[in-house]
Amino acid sequence: MVPIRSRPHFDLAMTSTISNPLALIAELTHRCPLHCVYCSNPLELQSRSTELSTESWSRVFQEAASLGVLQADFTGGEPLARIDIVDLVRAARSAGLYVNLITSGLPLDESKLAALVAAGLDHIQLSFQGAREELSNEISGTKSHTQKLRVLEWVKQHRVALTLNFVIHHRNIDQLEEMVALAETSSATRIEFANVQYYGWAFANRETLLPTREQLARSIGVIKREQQRLEGRIRVEYVVPDYYAKYPKPCMGGWGRKLMLIAPSGDALPCHAAHVIPGLAFENVKDHGLREIWERSAAFQKFRGEDWMQEPCKTCDRREQDFGGCRCQASLLAGDAAATDPVCSLAPLRPKVDAILAAVNLAPASVAPGIAGPYIAEAPPANEPPTRPSWLYRPNPA
Amino acid sequence: MTARELSSRPRLAPGCRLSENNQQRILQMPERALRLNGPSLEIVQRCDGKHTVQQIVSELQQIYSKAQAQKVEEDILGYLALLQKERALDFEV
Ligand code: SF4
Ligand code: SF4
Repeated sequence: MVPIRSRPHFDLAMTSTISNPLALIAELTHRCPLHCVYCSNPLELQSRSTELSTESWSRVFQEAASLGVLQADFTGGEPLARIDIVDLVRAARSAGLYVNLITSGLPLDESKLAALVAAGLDHIQLSFQGAREELSNEISGTKSHTQKLRVLEWVKQHRVALTLNFVIHHRNIDQLEEMVALAETSSATRIEFANVQYYGWAFANRETLLPTREQLARSIGVIKREQQRLEGRIRVEYVVPDYYAKYPKPCMGGWGRKLMLIAPSGDALPCHAAHVIPGLAFENVKDHGLREIWERSAAFQKFRGEDWMQEPCKTCDRREQDFGGCRCQASLLAGDAAATDPVCSLAPLRPKVDAILAAVNLAPASVAPGIAGPYIAEAPPANEPPTRPSWLYRPNPA
Repeated sequence: MTARELSSRPRLAPGCRLSENNQQRILQMPERALRLNGPSLEIVQRCDGKHTVQQIVSELQQIYSKAQAQKVEEDILGYLALLQKERALDFEV
């Protein structure tokens, strides 16, 4: 569930030089009742029949903890689509992990919530598509907003951390104040505003999702003000779209340095979007131990360290800060996963990103033109107003 | 309520707890973790909703009796303010 975030926040300073993974991203399933137009799931979704069993996941959590992993992020798809979700929370917590559930809140009811908290759930990240019902339902392709408001009430009954995750884009970036106001009515101690990052379904829909330069500038002002006003009560975090940045983000804290993602089938990936890179093969946790994968998997080693870098990264002073940016973005935009991330202002292919931005910033009216590129937009349902953009909605795997 | 009020009782906020990793005590919070050394661990262990800020200060002044009492108090208040900014504490009256 939820679009890709690079994770800038997980900053346990490690003194030792050997780095072990700190977070395990457990993509429990690709099934999801929503159809978000920016979903980070691969275009080819894995079906239920290929999903790992409860026992396999439990073993993965044990192995992760002994590798030094601190936190398990339960995500998907919608992790609550797993009928064994309470057992999985208990297994991860008793392995010693901090358990974080990233959910749309849709398949939740009061007793399920109580069971999850009793099983040791530490933190719920409830994703919102906006502060207003109509737009939220459009973006998620589902009537989901009212249920989320109900979940906010239920969570107040429990001692569990709550973050409200808002995914930000062209259509809702002007509503940040309303989103903050919504969070203030809840028990949230944290709000995360993350601009969509352009992989997966978001890449297909990127020209309708990218905010304009003015929208972005205004949003940064709003966030600064709200951060000050809410200090000590709610932590407000903001991830800006890297298309507008001068330098790329240190995606995932560097390839194979901090995070390990396990896909529903058990494939171990260095990053959410690694499947877009041609030629990478992934080991499966059913065949190999986690430590062996972390240390020896060719996919994890491929972009670890600096040896793979090309110019300008190879000799750039910032290479230990941003690791040359995102490999998946390089693959998508430059057609070469070892290239400098094209969002970097020093990248030879930055003009490609500028061209996308120019199209967005010059587009008349509020709706950017349809999708360029290899994907074909679905026609909107017949009863929709004609001004609505043609979204490419993700389907749901069997 | 802030750390400056000596009679308040700090308590770790929901989703914030002490744990251990590689023989190192850490404070886990949503999307963050802090390594704790001697004094910071002593402080966090007392953020239990029972100790007042004043009691934490006195107890640590005893443990670190070689340090200047005033300095110990300032450091504790500073550290509690930092944890509050991280949203790791609730203060009970
Ligand atoms: S459709 Fe939406 S809620 Fe479901 S997995 Fe994708 S981003 Fe998450
Ligand atoms: S050239 Fe490479 S290392 Fe330098 S800032 Fe750009 S992406 Fe980072």
